[in-house]
Amino acid sequence: MKSQSIGQIALAAAAVAYLIGVYFASSPVWMGFTINALVIAVIAMSWNITGGFGGLSSFGHAALFGTGAYASAVLQVNYGVSAWIGFAAGILAGAAMGAFIGALAFRYGLRGSYFALVTLAFAEVLRICASSFAFTGGGSGLQLKLAPGLANLQFADRTVVYTALLVVVAAVMALTALIKYSRFGAYLIAVRENEDAARALGIDTYRIKVQAMAISGAFGGLAGVLYLQLWLFIDSTVVYGSGISIEALIGPIIGGAGTVWGPLLGTLGLHLLGEGAKHLLPNAPGLNFVLYAVVLICALRFLPQGLVGLAGKIGASKKKKESGDA
Amino acid sequence: MLEVRNLSKSFGGLKAVTDATLDVAEGSIVGLLGPNGAGKTTCFTMIAGFTKPDEGSVRFKGQDITGLAPHRICALGMIRTFQIVQPFAGLTVQENIAVGAYLHHHNRHEAMSVARDVGKRLGMGGMLDRPASSLTIAGRKRLELARALATGAKLLLLDEVMAGLIPSEISEIVGIIRQIRDEGHTFLMIEHVMQAVMSLAETAYVLNQGKMIAHGPPRELVRDPSVVEAYLGHGAATRLQEAHHA
Repeated sequence: MKSQSIGQIALAAAAVAYLIGVYFASSPVWMGFTINALVIAVIAMSWNITGGFGGLSSFGHAALFGTGAYASAVLQVNYGVSAWIGFAAGILAGAAMGAFIGALAFRYGLRGSYFALVTLAFAEVLRICASSFAFTGGGSGLQLKLAPGLANLQFADRTVVYTALLVVVAAVMALTALIKYSRFGAYLIAVRENEDAARALGIDTYRIKVQAMAISGAFGGLAGVLYLQLWLFIDSTVVYGSGISIEALIGPIIGGAGTVWGPLLGTLGLHLLGEGAKHLLPNAPGLNFVLYAVVLICALRFLPQGLVGLAGKIGASKKKKESGDA
Repeated sequence: MLEVRNLSKSFGGLKAVTDATLDVAEGSIVGLLGPNGAGKTTCFTMIAGFTKPDEGSVRFKGQDITGLAPHRICALGMIRTFQIVQPFAGLTVQENIAVGAYLHHHNRHEAMSVARDVGKRLGMGGMLDRPASSLTIAGRKRLELARALATGAKLLLLDEVMAGLIPSEISEIVGIIRQIRDEGHTFLMIEHVMQAVMSLAETAYVLNQGKMIAHGPPRELVRDPSVVEAYLGHGAATRLQEAHHA
């Protein structure tokens, strides 16, 4: 990462240019679409911590997303707590849920597809619970009162919402970069690459994995709270649904798992592709999901390091030679 | 420095190690020999905390560490390497070494500079920025050693660091190990390459079918009939002697 290739810089610049361009497009549809993509990008960044850096591929990140959203919604709707406190509570609840799932799964040494299945099961159990209990609104979900204002974290102006989201996304990316270049990040990558070797080098791998799940949970809870504040309505089939779990992993995998920019690039790219398909073939609903699947398969086959990895090859050959000679 | 007493381990009906006892004095290089399947690596995994022994005890610097988790043992200053080298493929050589250095240096800058120093000491100065996956076998073996050293461990358990190397690479590693020992480290090494054991180890233990059958200076061990028979089969020692006299 010290030596960013030209391709990677270009890719990141393109994403930034697009995000700034949205301000000038003066198209509410375009902005609304990008706002959506940014919320999904945050859950993708959450997945990236565990799945990308830690190699712990979860198939149930909706469990974290939904827990964050529900924690905040329950507090606001049932107890009249302020949206700001709900915001913090959502993040904490996500972190707690992540740590809980991690502690249980890793206590019993679950890895790979077993871990994926357990996380999927957690998300499903939570979905059923949320649609059964009265305090979570049962099948009809929870609705926040519409009351725009900073105190309620609701904004009538889309541009303000968009700007706030950009700040949040930038903050999460900065945190991701911090993690990547910290002791914790190095340990997490070591766990991904080879857990036995990591243990031999003095790493408490259980602790590292649970901590990763807690951080991922905090990001996931954050994404859930953002979703809630944006739509003011949640129900279990959406926030605990497998759609969220899939969106959480598909973006980072296509963009580049275990990179800072990957989740954002992958999510934006996919959403643009899906949106484009919708406009080209308006009579084929669900076509975007077919496209996602095709892109995912191609990415897994041809781009093991995603878009960031592909871009890394562009303009990097010269650098490599220099360091090789040194 | 290391006292292993009556270590035993069975896997189902198979007695992998029975009653193994060995001592490693501070500053020494001790060999652990034995034919394939003798239980050498099982011994290592028990000493380093990767598997719990059924019976017996392991003491390190006078402290009982039997059954302690590997990361705790590593923090105390004893570390194992792996027979099949296990670099962290996604990281550069320097970052790989830094993973070891992070144990006692929490700051990235410090850990990376420790990693650079260790890398240079092991003659890896020119490849610090290369991805670990691009290293040759010899390079990976060195990396394994460098990573272990970077943790600050004083006692290193080396599991066949010479396996798969060509003679010139072996003599390089032998030189490196001697240099590290002179800097105040202690080694217990599983090794099949007799050239290395003979020139490095002051004493060696021989394990066969899970039991310690001999120990002493390597030069004497190779003449020990029980050791010869462990490798070459029953009756081999007498036949060899007859051939020698004839």
